[in-house]
Amino acid sequence: MASRNPARPLSPHLTIWRWGPHMLVSILHRATGSGMATVGAMLLVWFLAALAGGADSYATFVDTFTVESGGLNVLGYIVGVGLTLSLFQHMMTGIRHLVLDTGAGFELRTNKLGALATMLASVMLTALFWLYLGIK
Amino acid sequence: MRSGTSLGRVRGLGSSKEGAHHWWQQRLTAGSNFLLMLWLVVSIARQPAFDYASMRFWLSSAWVALPMTLLILSVFWHFRMGLQVVIEDYQHDESRVVALVLLNFFVVALGATAIFSILRIAFGAAA
Repeated sequence: MASRNPARPLSPHLTIWRWGPHMLVSILHRATGSGMATVGAMLLVWFLAALAGGADSYATFVDTFTVESGGLNVLGYIVGVGLTLSLFQHMMTGIRHLVLDTGAGFELRTNKLGALATMLASVMLTALFWLYLGIK
Repeated sequence: MRSGTSLGRVRGLGSSKEGAHHWWQQRLTAGSNFLLMLWLVVSIARQPAFDYASMRFWLSSAWVALPMTLLILSVFWHFRMGLQVVIEDYQHDESRVVALVLLNFFVVALGATAIFSILRIAFGAAA
């Protein structure tokens, strides 16, 4: 792209923009999506392949994330809560994107509230999921 | 690229006619991902135990193996397109081509392993 006119103004970038909820959920959507597509996908496939491989390979998978008594270890909690929070955040911002695709929700106040709502919903859904697992 | 006028540089190149197709498939798989991931989250949450025998029994059911296979297809196609956009946004030279090729290899190899594993359990092959 050497032929591009260097005198053209550059678009404002992160260094001079004030952070807002809409920017935050936009980058969260990309970050959570990329995280799940790499770490999440590999762990899901490891789980499936380990389960198909037999009791020994499944034990290796389970032991990586649990302590002797069967509860989750530190890595298990980081990965477990990280992936569920990522899933719900990506799901909520995904729904927001589908609404924005229709042309709705671009008024400043509505847009900001929608962005905040995705983060509130994802934290609540993650808490609900782990509470249900815990008390069941 | 030849160094003519601005108009000359863009004339004839146009769009590759694939943008709308990509955009629509991303939305379509977003919808199917939403339904399938909701199913998976509820199904996992309702699992009584996560030991080897319980999980084999769970995945050997057609009511789990089939939605799980659909989930792999839908989710993997969705994230292949998503990561493609991320790569196209940040890689501008030859590394873009390399990254896109590696992305395709990654998705196909991982997806095939997942589906093979599901079917192996569902069709009752001994471990």
